[in-house]
Amino acid sequence: MDIELQLTVENLLARYAHAIDDGRLEAWPDFFTERGRYRITTAENLERGLPLAIIHADSRAMLRDRVSALRHANIYEAQRYRHGVSAVVVERIDAASARAVSNFQVVRIMHTGHSMLFATGRCQDRIRLAGEDGLAQFEERLVILDSRSIDTLLAIPI
Amino acid sequence: MSAVPESRIWPKQGNTRVPYWVYQDEAIYAREQAAIFRGATWTFLGLDAELPNPGDYKTTFLGDMPVLVTRDETGQLRAFENRCAHRGALLAIKPSGNAREITCIYHNWTYDLQGNLAGVAFRRGIQGKGGMPQDAQPERHAPRKLRVETFCGLAFGSLSEEVAPLEAYLGPAIAAKVRRVMKEPVKLLGGYSQMLPNNWKLYMDNVKDTYHASLLHLFFATFRLNRLEQQGGVIVGDDGGNHVSFTMMQSAGSATEYEQAGVRSAGSGYRLEAPRLLESVDEIGDGITLQILAVFPGFVLQQIMNSLAVRQVIPKGAGRTELAWTCFGYAGDSAAMTERRLRQANLVGPAGFISMEDGAAAGFVQRGVAGAPDHAAFIEMGGREVGSDESRVTETSVRGLWQAYRRHMGL
Repeated sequence: MDIELQLTVENLLARYAHAIDDGRLEAWPDFFTERGRYRITTAENLERGLPLAIIHADSRAMLRDRVSALRHANIYEAQRYRHGVSAVVVERIDAASARAVSNFQVVRIMHTGHSMLFATGRCQDRIRLAGEDGLAQFEERLVILDSRSIDTLLAIPI
Repeated sequence: MSAVPESRIWPKQGNTRVPYWVYQDEAIYAREQAAIFRGATWTFLGLDAELPNPGDYKTTFLGDMPVLVTRDETGQLRAFENRCAHRGALLAIKPSGNAREITCIYHNWTYDLQGNLAGVAFRRGIQGKGGMPQDAQPERHAPRKLRVETFCGLAFGSLSEEVAPLEAYLGPAIAAKVRRVMKEPVKLLGGYSQMLPNNWKLYMDNVKDTYHASLLHLFFATFRLNRLEQQGGVIVGDDGGNHVSFTMMQSAGSATEYEQAGVRSAGSGYRLEAPRLLESVDEIGDGITLQILAVFPGFVLQQIMNSLAVRQVIPKGAGRTELAWTCFGYAGDSAAMTERRLRQANLVGPAGFISMEDGAAAGFVQRGVAGAPDHAAFIEMGGREVGSDESRVTETSVRGLWQAYRRHMGL
């Protein structure tokens, strides 16, 4: 077991979760490499070999556009997330990169105080271990929702 | 049909008002099940392409009624209640699959793919004991069969013997616009559902409302995808229930009317860093870049540039709705075209740059009217009548929805 690798990856996943949960959405794209890919899909679509994504980004610029849209265009009721990230299994690909699978549960807390278990699933990541500023970054993050159903809307990324 | 309180009288102004009790009342919801979903309407069951092989089946709903849709041995689509003749249990408990016959898990009663009762376990008893009386006719309690018709690869079902055939129900103007999008065999790209915290009719109000598009969806207006002054229009079918709205993309138009009206969507200075999101091709060839088509009671066919989808509006109680999406392309799509459609799918669905607000807006109405059952919505934009319009600054198709609804409901 490569403990330093495990901790590097878990640290990336934790920093990512905190950025989103803290509302620091502008930091979200920087967790990705310039050509990093981010998709949210459902287990059902994946199992059926269907490519449709709920969010489909194949560059950091597209991620920045999503943040801009959330800040300046889209209308949605004030809400927060709280990520729980667990069961992180890491596999080294080569000296520069690793693969990881992890579980997540996201609670959504509305400004009214209403909390609900909003999304659960797993993330399949390809990680560049020494990215910009020496920090690990995602080359690809695939968020696989367990359920095909989303309550109302999905504004903040997972 | 359940009794609706006498106080549920439609405002005298008719289709220009929508009384808010219609979104809240449980007796109204129950009456809708019989009068609309199990009545003289066609409900979308799915795409032909979802059930390619004999024996394929899927489950869906006719209002609250669970339905099993199959492709039988002859290749025909069939649909019948997902309810065993025996004790009423669900027959299919998976969302989809493939089977030569349908077997109820409770007592193993079996059905063929048309929904006929084929076998009753231990009907003649065992060794002369038990079994059903000779004159028992459980076949007569078989689950009700739906009429099923497919138009351009879209399968619809109805429990009504009276409703017109599907193409006549659509009407020639709407049918032509369905044909326009469903011009080739399709290929599924995937699906998902949104659970909306509102009555199903609030979503249909939103779909039929051409007025809101560039005002609520800032994304549209800022990128000049759908400014209300662009060429387009709305066609409303004969009884008002079906409609299609469409827009033709123009090069940069004047922002003056928006800025003068002080609307939020004007002049935001918001620009995409990756405008490839909006790169599209005129694959249908007529310059119409956006077409939203709705069939009463709960079907939507969407063309937003190259993003094609069907949406199914499924009531789940007076204050809750499932909006089920299926996105598709054409079977002959290149990899680049598929990639284009997947990129443009960022515009739609629960995280859609354009669609995100629709789910939220309907919920805001459901909550906004909680204390106002005897007040009404005011829908006089574009006049007071129901009919086609060359302008999309109108609520004519919303009035059309209510005209059809009131006729079915006797309100």
